[in-house]
Amino acid sequence: MQLITVAGPPSSGKTSVLIKTLEALMADGIAAGVIKFDCLVADDDAVYRSAGVPVQKGLSGVLCPDHYFVSNIDRVLEWSGRRQLAMTVIESAGLCNRCSPHIKGSLAVCVLDNVSGLHTPKKIGPMLKLADVVVVTKGDIVSQAEREVFAFRVQSVAPRARIIRVNGRSGQGAHALAEMFKAAPALQGDLAALRLRFPMPAALCSYCLGETRVGPDYQIGQFRKLNID
Amino acid sequence: MQPLTDEILARTSLASLLADYPLLESALLETGIEFDPAEEVTLPAKLAQWAALRGQSAEAFLAQLRERIDELNNLLGATVSLTRLAILAGRDKSGQPEQVTQIALQRGDLLAIVGPTGSGKSRLLADIEWLATGDTPSGRTILADGRTAADRRFASGGEQLIAQLSQTMSFVLDATVEELLGLHVESRGMAAGLVQDTIAAANDLSGEPFSGATPLTSLSGGQTRALMVADTALVCRSPIVLIDEIENAGIDRRAAFNLLLSQEKIVLSATHDPLLALLAPRRLCMRHGAMHSLHERTGEEEALLADLERLDDIHAAIRTRLRLGERLNAIDFAQLRREHSWP
Repeated sequence: MQLITVAGPPSSGKTSVLIKTLEALMADGIAAGVIKFDCLVADDDAVYRSAGVPVQKGLSGVLCPDHYFVSNIDRVLEWSGRRQLAMTVIESAGLCNRCSPHIKGSLAVCVLDNVSGLHTPKKIGPMLKLADVVVVTKGDIVSQAEREVFAFRVQSVAPRARIIRVNGRSGQGAHALAEMFKAAPALQGDLAALRLRFPMPAALCSYCLGETRVGPDYQIGQFRKLNID
Repeated sequence: MQPLTDEILARTSLASLLADYPLLESALLETGIEFDPAEEVTLPAKLAQWAALRGQSAEAFLAQLRERIDELNNLLGATVSLTRLAILAGRDKSGQPEQVTQIALQRGDLLAIVGPTGSGKSRLLADIEWLATGDTPSGRTILADGRTAADRRFASGGEQLIAQLSQTMSFVLDATVEELLGLHVESRGMAAGLVQDTIAAANDLSGEPFSGATPLTSLSGGQTRALMVADTALVCRSPIVLIDEIENAGIDRRAAFNLLLSQEKIVLSATHDPLLALLAPRRLCMRHGAMHSLHERTGEEEALLADLERLDDIHAAIRTRLRLGERLNAIDFAQLRREHSWP
């Protein structure tokens, strides 16, 4: 089985890109499915379903989305085993910029859009910097100059990543992404052998447990104070 | 990016090194070296700490980092060598072979692509953009210098073969003309003087001049197109330019094509505009998803082009007078016929 992690900021076009890509894969007879991770609401499962893609969704709700994601990978594998999927794509939207769902030995994809601003590649952490493939969307609405500067900025922070332009609306480029998905490495060994590419953020404090009051008296656990000159 | 010398390493803090070499962060992350971006420490000190703790080699890390900086710099300075482009036919929407079996283009060539909506113009441009190898729905093959170029699909930096320009594109960046051009010139590894040359060239194309300090978002439609054309001609290194319907551009279209062709680009322009279609010495007619027929421009059509340009001038003159609040007179076609010896 091939496991592929796809991450990116909200509204960067992950779902549109994936639907076009999975349509191309399924047309080639590949049994592929998606698990969508999000924080509060995700209606995208309906979009996948209407495109005929097997889909599950996970909403982290009150839990840290990053930790929720990693503690459910076993469930993901269980599901894809039961459905006899040859390829399972994990789409995660709810992660913070500090975080990354990418797993060693699996294809790691980051989706960014051209409209998000030239500083975006620098601001996004390991989900971009440790990706194998960076998909850049919305290229059809910005100038050639902006596209080139954006791609250069992405390449500067992720020098080894392959940059690919995909148009989520027309599907242009999705065919190429599908080829990369096909060439993704297969999972080696069992679950116990899987390692994250980058550790999850540390979190254990009173606010993790539902504290809503503000002020030093209520801050118990891991905290760090802002340095102000 | 400057080469990472020992001297730079010794006197630069990690924080400013991260700012100067954006790829450092991904190298640290990948290797699993923990760091605080604001820490007042030099990279060698940080690496020595890590190497001692984890039994790793700081030299190996630095060597790999330097290699990546070199790779990125090479990408910047690269220029594409391409002299010929060929389109080999595939199938139409019903799977029948295309009537035009092959189109050969070289540097400085302009090809117009015409045909009704849905006839396959955009599909053809998409095939070229993808450098298809028979692996798209049309089954066409694109050859660069006689070879398939699938390995150049993901080329970035100066090695990109193709630039694109279309009616739907606009500038979205919250910056001035000068700032964007500065970034673009820098990202292509070219001399800063090119910024002013590009602004001057753009002003030659649009009737309404703008300066480097003009915010991109306040450019008019015509100024936007003019700047995109000038930037694509002068700053982009890509030898192939794909243009998708820029007819209502409000720019001097002949001058725009001349600027692109003066830079030895191969230009393919999908259009519904008769003036744009006739500007090209050859035009390809699309039908039912296929390359249906290829036409050389005739002498008669060339004369027609001259007339169309005159009509275009008349139209522009009326527009100017309207905008200035003047009254308009009827066009004296009889007079025009005599002047230009029209039939």
